[in-house]
Order: sequence, then C-alpha cells, then structure tokens
Amino acid sequence: MTDVAKQTNTVSLTIDGIPVTAEKGELVIRVAERMGIAIPRFCDHPLLAPAGACRQCLVDVEGQRKPVASCTQTVAEGMVVRTQLTSEVAAKAQGGVMELLLANHPLDCPTCDKGGECPLQNQAMTNGRADSRFHEKKREYEKPIHISSQVLLDRERCILCQRCTRFSEEIAGDKFIDLMDRSSGEQINVYRDDFFGGRGTGDGQVGEGEGDIAFNSYFSGNTIQICPVGALTGEQYRFRARPFDLVSTPTACEHCAAGCSMRADHRRGKVLRRLAGDDPAVNEEWNCDKGRWGFQYQVADDRIMTPLLRDAATGEFREASWSEALLAAAEGLTAAKSAGVGVLAGGRLTVEDAYAYAKFARVALDTNDVDFRARPLSAEEADFLASSVAGVADVTYDDVENAPAAVIVGLEPEEECPILFLRLRKAHVGRKIQVTAVAPFLSRGFEKLGAALVAAVPGDEARLLAGDPAIAATLSTPGALLIVGERLATVPGGLSAAAELAARTGARLAWVPRRAGDRGAIDAGCLPNLLPGGRPVGDPAARAEISLAWNVEAGALPSRPGRDTDAIVAAAAAGQLGGLLVAGVDPGDLADPRLADQALDSAGFVVSLEIRHSAVTRRADVVLPVAPAAEKSGTYLDWEGRLRSFGTVLPSTAMTDGRVLEAIAALMDVPSSHPATTQNRTKGISLGTGDVMAIRRELGAMPPSKAPRPAAPAVAASALPEAGQHEAVLATWHHLIDLGSMLEGDKVLAGTARPPVARIGKDLAEALGVADGDAVTVGTDRGAITLPAAVTDLPPRVVWLPTNSPGSTIRRSLGVTAGAVVRLSASASSGATS
Amino acid sequence: MGTFTGSFKGFGVTFAHMFRKVITTDYPFSPPTPAPRYHGRHILNRHPDGLEKCIGCELCAWACPADAIYVEGADNTDEQRFSPGERYAGIYQINYARCIFCGLCIEACPTRSLTMSNEYELARDNRQDLIFTKKELLAPLLPGMEQPPHPMRLGETDKDYYLGALTNPGTSVGAERAPWATNEAEDGTGQAAKEAV
Repeated sequence: MTDVAKQTNTVSLTIDGIPVTAEKGELVIRVAERMGIAIPRFCDHPLLAPAGACRQCLVDVEGQRKPVASCTQTVAEGMVVRTQLTSEVAAKAQGGVMELLLANHPLDCPTCDKGGECPLQNQAMTNGRADSRFHEKKREYEKPIHISSQVLLDRERCILCQRCTRFSEEIAGDKFIDLMDRSSGEQINVYRDDFFGGRGTGDGQVGEGEGDIAFNSYFSGNTIQICPVGALTGEQYRFRARPFDLVSTPTACEHCAAGCSMRADHRRGKVLRRLAGDDPAVNEEWNCDKGRWGFQYQVADDRIMTPLLRDAATGEFREASWSEALLAAAEGLTAAKSAGVGVLAGGRLTVEDAYAYAKFARVALDTNDVDFRARPLSAEEADFLASSVAGVADVTYDDVENAPAAVIVGLEPEEECPILFLRLRKAHVGRKIQVTAVAPFLSRGFEKLGAALVAAVPGDEARLLAGDPAIAATLSTPGALLIVGERLATVPGGLSAAAELAARTGARLAWVPRRAGDRGAIDAGCLPNLLPGGRPVGDPAARAEISLAWNVEAGALPSRPGRDTDAIVAAAAAGQLGGLLVAGVDPGDLADPRLADQALDSAGFVVSLEIRHSAVTRRADVVLPVAPAAEKSGTYLDWEGRLRSFGTVLPSTAMTDGRVLEAIAALMDVPSSHPATTQNRTKGISLGTGDVMAIRRELGAMPPSKAPRPAAPAVAASALPEAGQHEAVLATWHHLIDLGSMLEGDKVLAGTARPPVARIGKDLAEALGVADGDAVTVGTDRGAITLPAAVTDLPPRVVWLPTNSPGSTIRRSLGVTAGAVVRLSASASSGATS
Repeated sequence: MGTFTGSFKGFGVTFAHMFRKVITTDYPFSPPTPAPRYHGRHILNRHPDGLEKCIGCELCAWACPADAIYVEGADNTDEQRFSPGERYAGIYQINYARCIFCGLCIEACPTRSLTMSNEYELARDNRQDLIFTKKELLAPLLPGMEQPPHPMRLGETDKDYYLGALTNPGTSVGAERAPWATNEAEDGTGQAAKEAV
C-alpha cells in the first residue's frame, strides 16, 4: 500500500547521466541542486513562484526542440536532462544568455555595492565569455533613483529577473514596484506619473518626481537582499564597505517578538548592515525594515560610556568610576530596601538579563515588585500570563501556516509582529487561511490577509469574544488559532474571555507581545506574581523549588505577590517607595507618562541601567551603562516561546545588565540572617548572573516546576464607555516605524514610516464637516493631538490614532490609552500638537 | 714565501679597486635617480580639471597582500563633487609600515588613479606618520587644476568628460617623478600638460 503511494509520488530521471528519483512536481533546477550540480540562475528563488524570467538556467532536455529553463520545468518520468556540464547545447545557450544580459549591464562593478557578492559577477566569471562581442552604446538611465528614503534603484544594472516584483506581490503584498514599458525600454520602476495618482512631472513621464505612496512597504529591504545584481541598493549601506571588509556574525533581532534570525556585518568595530538570516522555521529568509535598518541607536551620540553619579552637593551628574558608582548604587539600594524598591525591567532584555533582574529583586531587594511590562496593563493580564503563557510553547509559525482559520484580537500583525504577518499572508495566499480580525477597522495589513472584520469598538472585544457565535464557530474548526496581542490587556475581561473561548472551542491560543524581551521576561520571572519558570509566587512549593535552585533558605524568598508596573509607579509617585531600579524603560510608553516622570522624581533613590540617555537617566541618582544587543550575547524568546540565542557581534567592554546587577549585589549589605552570604565574606550577595553561560547553566539545571498552573482569570467585561456629542472612543496601536527610542535619529528609516493620520468614521466626518486630509484635533483634559483626517470605515464614534508617531504621542500628549473617551473637533489648520 | 706573495695578491685587489668607478653615492647631497619603473610611494592621480580619479572602490585594498590600504567610500553629490561619477574615496590611507611595494594595488586600480612614484624617502620617526592619507597621497594640483570639490569641468556627460580627457595627456604629469626631479623637464610631457589645460 505504502509502496504504491510512494511510486505514484516520485519519478525517475537522469541528470547529466546520473539517475535520480525526485518528487512529482519538483523543479529540475532543485533536483540538480540536491545532487550537487549547480545550474547558474538569477530569477529563481526557492521562496518565490517560478518565473523563468532571466533564462540563465537553460538545460538540454532530450526530446525538446530547444533548451528549456530548468527553474520552471518540472520533472517527468524518464526525463533525460543534460546541464552545461555535459551538454554543448546547454553550455552555449547559457553563454549566449549571459552575453545578452551583459550587453546592457554597465561594468561599474568597482562603484557598485554588490561588487564582490554579486551573483551576476560570479556567474559571469564562471559561465560567461571572456570578452564581449557587443561594442554598441549601452542603455542608459538616470543613475540611482530613490524609490524610498532607504531603497535606491539603478535601472542600468537591472537584468529584469523580477525577483523584487515577485517578492512585493507574493510575499509582502505591497505592489510597490513593477515592470513597466515594453521591449528594450522595459524597466523596473515605481509608478509616479499623474495617471497613477502620483504627483509626477506633469508630462506623464516616469522620473524622480514626488511619489504618491513611494515604496511604502515595511519589507522593502528584502528586495535589496534578493536582488541578484546591484540594481537595488540601500541608502544606509551605500558605499560603506566591500564584502571582504566585513565580518559577519549570525545574530537575532532585538526589535519585536517575531524572533528573526539575522546576520550582522561589521567593520572596524561598527555594525554597517544587517541582513535577514535564513531560518525556515521562523523568518524563512525575510525580515522587516525595522530589523534590517534600525540599529543606529547603538552608535548614537548620546550613548552612555561611563557610570554617572548625581553629585549630592550640586545635584548635577558627574562621571564616576565603576567601583564608586557600583558602591553608590549598592548603598543606596540597601538603604532604600526597607521602604521598598520597585524594579521596572522593561521589554528589551534578553532572557538572561531578565532573569538577573528577577533574581536581584527577590534575593537582593527582598521584593516581588518587579514587572517587565512598560505599557498599559492590567492585573488580569498578569494572571493570564501566569495561566496561559508562561512556560507554554504551543503555537508555532508552522501551525500558523497550516491553520485553517485564525482569529486575531488586539493585534495588528503587520505593524506589531511583521514576520507573523508574512507567515499569515503566506498561509492566506497558499492555503487560504480564513483570518478574522476583531478590530475597529480593516487596516492595510488585514486587507492583505483577506481578513473578515468583526468590528469592535475599543473595549468591546471581551463581549465579542465571549458572545459572538461566528467567532466561536470559526475557532471550532480543528487547528484554528486564537491570536491575541498584548493590547488586549487594556480591555477588562478581554484576556479572560480569550482564555475561556480557547478552552471552549478547542482552538489553540497564542499571545503575541510587541517587544523582543517580553516573552522571555515572563519565563524569567519578571512579573510580580511569577517566579522563574512560570512558578506562582503564592505557591510555597514553587518558592521552595526556587530557593533550592538559588541556594537560599526556604523562607527567605518574599511570598507576597508584588506590585505591577502601574502600582510601582503610583506608589513611587506618592512617595511610598524607597527606590526604583529601572532598565530600558521609556516613561512615555507607560500608561501615564506624567505620573511615571513624577514617580522617578519622587522615588528616594533611582538606579538606571541604560544604553543611551533617556527620560529615566535624567532623573536617576546612579546611571550605569550597559551593553546594547550587538555587544553582548544572550537569548530572546519569540512569541512562540522559541529560544533565539545569539552571540556577541562586537566585542566590547560594555557589560550586560546581569553582570552589573551581580556587581551591585556583591556590594550590598546582607541582613544578619540572610543565607546567601558566602561563608568567608561578611558582606555581599552572590547573585551568579555575571556570565551569560552561567545563567544558562543555572536555568538549564532548574527542574520543571511541579507547582500547579494557576487557573485562567475570569474577569467580567465592563460596560462600554459612552461617547457624547463631539466625543469618540479612542482606538490606537503602534506603527512599526515610529518614535520608539531604538529608532531615534534614524532619518532614512523614518522616511519609510507610514504618515500619521487620525482615522474617523463617516459619521464623525459628517458631524465635524471634515474630509480626507483636513486637520482633526483629538483632545483630552491633558492635551490635544492634531492630525490630518482619513475617513475610514470605522464603527460609529470611534477615532483611531497611531500610538507613538510624529505628532501623535498618545500617552504623553493625551494621557490615555485605547478605550478612553476623547473630544473631537475640526481644526482650522493642520499643525503640531498643542 | 707564500705569505709574502699572498699579501701582494690581497693588496692587489685593494689597489685594483682604487682605479675603478666608485659605487657609493653621495646621499643625501646628490641622491641617486632610480629606474623609471621603480616602485616608490603611491600617488592618487587627478583628472585634468583637478577631480580625483579615485572612486573609492577598494580594489587596491582587496589586492593588497599586506593589508596596508584602508579605503572608505562616500557619496558624491552635486554640491560636493570630488570625482566624476557616484562614488569617491572618503577616506584613503596607505600604511607604509606595512606596504611591501609589490605594486599589486596599482595593477588592480580600474581608473589608473593609483600609481607609484619613484620617491623612496619614506623613513619617519614614528608609526603614525607612516600612515599616508589623501592629503599626502593626492597628486599636486598642476596649473589649470582646481581643488575639489567642484563640478565636472571637462564635460557634463561621462562621454564628454572622459573622451575629452583623452586628447589631454597631462593628467597628473610630473607627479610620478620624485620632487627633486620635477624641475628637470627631461621629456617635455610637463610642457604638454600646460598647453592642454
């Protein structure tokens, strides 16, 4: 039975006289590749549909009148293929194609960024003629045109392989670049003439006029990477180096929770570019522009290089030695301990560093007041993370690709987890996944996923999840996924309803945070209610496991669940906290930035571990510089719960957070009965987090928890806020490229950000008397934001703003978050925030 | 007996040399002129209008077996033009503590920008000074040349610029000679350069 099935699925053929068995439908070029026979090619890419555009892979197939392109030819039973290695015909055909491709290719390899790693250069050397028979004038185009602030197009070099256009159409779904014109004038370009709605030159010509939506894609960098010639190059890396200058290191992306594998190339102690790594299980061969180009923060001018200490006499910062600063931090934290010290770990830490904060809080500060969440949150969320996320690695990218249906709540995948978006899109294009979006409107990303909309006023998601029969029916399909984003935390009852719905329908639940360190911080124990490994703080058995692993006395670990970020901030602002230990947290990201600033001011003693100067370091008493991702090794957990370990890219003297914390702990006074004291010392706590490998060993040696998993929260949905006259409910999420502190000062990257707009429904547009592009002011008691309006299909009385984009810093300016009621008015002129 | 004739034989060599031409040189008062293709220090040549020929392609650095050359490319803009075309060498350094004067770099140069002069007086009293930058390496401005940055003076298009230059032999003429040899004007090429520009 199995033999029969096997036989019908495979065919036998010979390539270069070698018999081989291949799967039905496999392409000749792949089979040859498997056998170790390299056929030259340009347009062929394993992740793109076959095109047969460049004709470089011609082979001789017995019985065929002419050579055939092996990248489009599928195998057949008894096929006899001869490549350039054994066939004169194939070799001559390939040589001819190469000669034609080079006829119009400028020989500007010395100035071309691709030179040295160029498939055309390499294959011209291996398969091309030694000289050209063409002496006519080459085709000339205007040298590079900016098709976005990041991507440059040099049409002279293009060989029209259409990898970029196929990528943009098949993978990204942004049809931003295409073939145009005919015959010898055929070229790749972006439509910018008047006819296509752009502000062209006016004469219908394509050129370097102002674009309409020029190359507006978050994935444009991939086209540069897959371009087999130097036709598409990046502005940031332009003329910076040659391949032989660069030292390449595999690494992982530190931006979002997608967990992309990457390659960082550095020269003389400076990272010059980053490329998408090849990891079929996660990012395949793609990444987003933020991951590719957003690394300039490491070399920013305001990078902190030495410890800073606030001078008691003047109140000004002064540079201090490490020993002095560490001692000051240790003494300050010891003194503040009795009044309580809150630890804000932030979502940017590696698992190892997050673990160091979790351990430092429990062992050195005797508190559970530690929270990684630097965003609007809820107590319900902490319970949900404990019950359904910590230690769970259930749903994977593969499951997303093969799922028949997915319901997405509180997440805009393209903006908040771009690689998850690409995988959803792959499933949508290939297997027709049915995506249901529970959101206020179908964003561009959802449109590209062919999503069905379940329109939700912000705050209404909990009721819809609990009660909407269509959602439940969709999720009842075997293999269906319920994907919830971190934003659902702001909806009371939202996460409870999601957990309940998943349990009821049998759908698998995936929680997708926004930052790279979020998922790891949960498992590392950076939550007020969780110890490392998802062990509940309140469970004595769980505490006993941890105290055994940490070699501390069983009763020494604090047993009372701690305060979350909001409670820590509120307590500090009220002057009830002795101190704060803050990692990479921007107060502007917290639910109430003004209160956070106040908390930093009022807290008795603030220690900040930072890479660059920030709103926290300005208010800190001791600032200790730590290593950015490129200068340390570590591990992120992506949203799947998959480990993404990476090594050091740039060796430097910068220390990891864990090492700094260990040094502080070693200088802290130990309570008389504290067992963590090493025997030959009277002072100091041995944290053991100084070395990444040591932390990994410690975490690896920890046995799986026997403590029972807490039950999922059951918070009831609250009533929807009522928006009155000239009021609306605020919906908001982050743009991928926004004002985040890791993108600060990155001008070329900021150029590809989506323009911030205020989205209003038709009802509000009519009530306010505004049309597309007119300025709309959204205000609260604290402030107002004025943005051009974009009339969108929104539920009645809902306004959408980007969370943290230029001119729209919701939390700073308005002091509210999604679900709040805001005032709306039409403003006379568009302008900045008031 | 043997010792007596032996010493005459020995002195014979000495006396014979007294009547030969001496091979010692009166350096540094009259330094010797090396062979015309002697591999001395490098020059970065200029186009006749003064723009740099170097396009910052790093092929010299690639070819260098001693890793003596460091180049960083940069963008020419319409406002700041150092060489014709898109790219110029923002940083160009040759470390003469490492250079072995093999000449592979000048063979690799696609624009004939990098050539070698006959200058051999390269001793310095510290390592830092042995790293020659564009300041030391660029050929001197001859009459008619203009200090970059400036626009392409020999023609707007590449064709005009380069083909026009072919009729003009005096690109960096004279610079390949050691400084003490420049005023000799032995072959008249310096003259031709002045006429052309």
